[in-house]
Amino acid sequence: MSTATTSINLSSKRGIWGGGNEPLKASYGKLMMWFFLLSDIFTFAAFLVAYGAIRVSYPPYAGPADSFVGSNEYWPVPEMVFDAIPFVHGIHAPLVFVGLMTFILIMSSVTMVLAVEAGHRNDRKDVTKWLLWTIVGGVTFLGCQAWEWGHFIHGTDGGATITFIGNFGNMITETVYGANLSVNEYGPAAFAQLFFFITGFHGFHVTIGVFLLFLAFYQAAVGVYERRGHYEMVEKIGLYWHFVDLVWVFVFTFFYLI
Amino acid sequence: MAVVNTATHGDHAHEVHDDHHDNFITKYIFSTDHKMIGKQFLVTGIFWALIGGFLSILFRLQLGFPEMDMSFLRPILGGWITETGELDQNFYLALVTMHGTIMVFFVLTAGLSGTFSNFLIPLQIGARDMASGFMNMLSYWFFFVSGLIMFASLFLEKGPAGGGWVVYPPLSALEQAIPGSGMGMTLWLIAMVFFIASTLLGGINYITTIINMRTKGMTFARLPLTIWSFFLTAVIGLLSFPVLFAAALLLVFDRSFGTSFYLADIYIGGEALPHTGGSPVLYQHLFWFLGHPEVYIVLLPALGITSEVIATNSRKPIFGYKAMIISMLGITILSFVVWAHHMFVSGMNPFLGSVFMFLTLIIAVPSAVKVFNYLTTLWRGNLIFTPAMLFSIGLVSFFISGGLTGIFLGNSAIDIQLHDTYFVVAHFHLVMGSASFFGLMAGVYHWFPKMFGRMMDSKLGYIHFWLTFIGVYMVFFPMHYIGIAGFPRRYYSWTNFDFANMYTDLNMFVSIAAIVTFAAQFIFLFNFFYSMYKGRKAPHNPWRSNTLEWTTPINPGHGNWPGEIPSVYRWPYDYSKPGSAADFIPQTVPLSATPESNLPHEEELVKLEKQIMAEEGQVLVANESNK
Repeated sequence: MSTATTSINLSSKRGIWGGGNEPLKASYGKLMMWFFLLSDIFTFAAFLVAYGAIRVSYPPYAGPADSFVGSNEYWPVPEMVFDAIPFVHGIHAPLVFVGLMTFILIMSSVTMVLAVEAGHRNDRKDVTKWLLWTIVGGVTFLGCQAWEWGHFIHGTDGGATITFIGNFGNMITETVYGANLSVNEYGPAAFAQLFFFITGFHGFHVTIGVFLLFLAFYQAAVGVYERRGHYEMVEKIGLYWHFVDLVWVFVFTFFYLI
Repeated sequence: MAVVNTATHGDHAHEVHDDHHDNFITKYIFSTDHKMIGKQFLVTGIFWALIGGFLSILFRLQLGFPEMDMSFLRPILGGWITETGELDQNFYLALVTMHGTIMVFFVLTAGLSGTFSNFLIPLQIGARDMASGFMNMLSYWFFFVSGLIMFASLFLEKGPAGGGWVVYPPLSALEQAIPGSGMGMTLWLIAMVFFIASTLLGGINYITTIINMRTKGMTFARLPLTIWSFFLTAVIGLLSFPVLFAAALLLVFDRSFGTSFYLADIYIGGEALPHTGGSPVLYQHLFWFLGHPEVYIVLLPALGITSEVIATNSRKPIFGYKAMIISMLGITILSFVVWAHHMFVSGMNPFLGSVFMFLTLIIAVPSAVKVFNYLTTLWRGNLIFTPAMLFSIGLVSFFISGGLTGIFLGNSAIDIQLHDTYFVVAHFHLVMGSASFFGLMAGVYHWFPKMFGRMMDSKLGYIHFWLTFIGVYMVFFPMHYIGIAGFPRRYYSWTNFDFANMYTDLNMFVSIAAIVTFAAQFIFLFNFFYSMYKGRKAPHNPWRSNTLEWTTPINPGHGNWPGEIPSVYRWPYDYSKPGSAADFIPQTVPLSATPESNLPHEEELVKLEKQIMAEEGQVLVANESNK
């Protein structure tokens, strides 16, 4: 409903912040996306701070990495936990699969850039093509994450012997396979809780992103943006998509690298 | 003397929304007009203020008259009054929790910032509406839904949330802890998620609008201080509410999905709970990362409104315009680095406590700058005591007397004695609660003519002011003594402690004062609704003010200005300018039209102004309607 103040007939002597124009050379929609992302940074930052606070309250695993066994006395070694790849059983391939996931997500950012670039050229065919590739990348990432979660929940063949407090206040010592929110074979309960919570929250963002991308793909394909004369919506969704990728880099660093 | 610009190029002048045929639903309910949304926030805020105030009267009855037979309240409270006529102890906890939640979030955040940011930003920067009217509408309706959920929680069998407005775990995380940690707590968290969404939608809109939609000539250095304060408030909200969202979401998982982010080593009834590894102090850090900036989210808009009202009614430029902006910026930045002063006794590292104490005490500097600027603006002004002016002066008074005790509380050593006592209650009710409430009232009295095209009755306004002003001091001043004596807040009863018995009469006094103050608000309520329909018709510019909103028609339509949006040529505080015949020069008057009163540096700007006008092809015409 808003009518932007017109920039026609605006004296150059007014200066950038003199009013009657868009000082950051960005439409209100793009600014809003930027500010939303700024606030979302704080949400993720809060989660990662929570992760850090809980993690440092546990001692790190002290022994040699290759003889690692899961225990809730110390924080696990990520490359011993995330070492599986689909379709191949029993191979120790540390961080290979998650590396692939990350690569796919980053590549989808590249195709997103190409889509935005095509939008600047008003090239409907290219925009649809690159948006489709971006969607493929996003969906593949989500599929990989589903497998990663499935494997994490399902667990290894041997499991690990864990001592923990049961639901009725009793101490239990038993072989635990995989992970749930109260106990897991890899490390302290908080390890799996934070893993599910934070990667889940990120996955939720990716899901929304895929949904938005699909919307943009559809609208670009049927020519809504062409009639509108610009592809700004693609740019705005692109901002969001790059943000989601950037956040993944941090989540990846926290959970898999350090 | 009054002149405005019209463009000679009529072809690009926007045809302003003449084609709107609003029906009742689009005009009053799902409106995208910022003025209507502002009024919706205001009326909803007033509703919540009444509920929040009423809850406080209930627990004041318990505190002031512990032996009282409260059976007469049974028609309203039902089972919350026990068979012996006493207030249910768990319901008491729910009362203080809901009073805090409602007042902080629903009244002083949504009711204050929501009302005036929405109503004033487009009008004062010269815009047709907010950047996104639709998101603005969503912002109100998210707030409305949040309110509905919170309201529904009042009627639960086990009562609403009862863990205090800060809802610290483990108390709030474990259903078996108190009745108020059951369904009421769940609804509290859901309501807050909606509320945060509403605040973010609103805040993003305010910031974007102020950056992108200022009219020609409205530089940041010419923005009224109200707009500066709304801008910074929105920035604070944008950066701190997401952290509350994160904290609340983690709490939801602890409560409902069996995680233990905040829980560790807990025994209930001698039995160990399975939760291990979490940290309740983590919640406190996350909560106060919002909680402290929230104080400024509540206060800054009130300070902005006060700046505007005091300058207008002193007929003087605001003293230290730039100092005001810099001190608000300082408060904004400092608000993010002082949160742990709420946690001095939480078991945090004492060294960290001294760092936060140091940062906290620095806030006294920008706050004092603001106070001195208010006083120096008033100093030798031609004071006009409108009700809005009185409420603004009242704000300054509360800000001083409440701020002084802040210096005590900011000391980590003194805080060991004062923490969670009535001293704290007195402190924040004065400096943040009452001060912001007075800012809200000043804003309502001042901009009522713009909102509804009619004047509020000022005699009733004076009565309302004096009863409330004296009442607030009567309520909160004695609490300092009670607090120094060591009374903890949120306690149902003190009569079992010997040291506390001597303060029974003081508590009775406070309760009576609270009831009188609450009753005085009905004078305002009558005035507000009566004047809306029967009040004296407002003149075009009742307070002879400089800002842009008074150049709109008395009842501005959708789009605010019927013709082109006026351009701005000067700051908003040219009151009683030496040399000028009129005692105020609106922002729309070019410097070139007032050679008699221009200062030397303004004479320099006249040249530039003429060049700009020549380039933009504008002509000056007298405008009869703007006398």
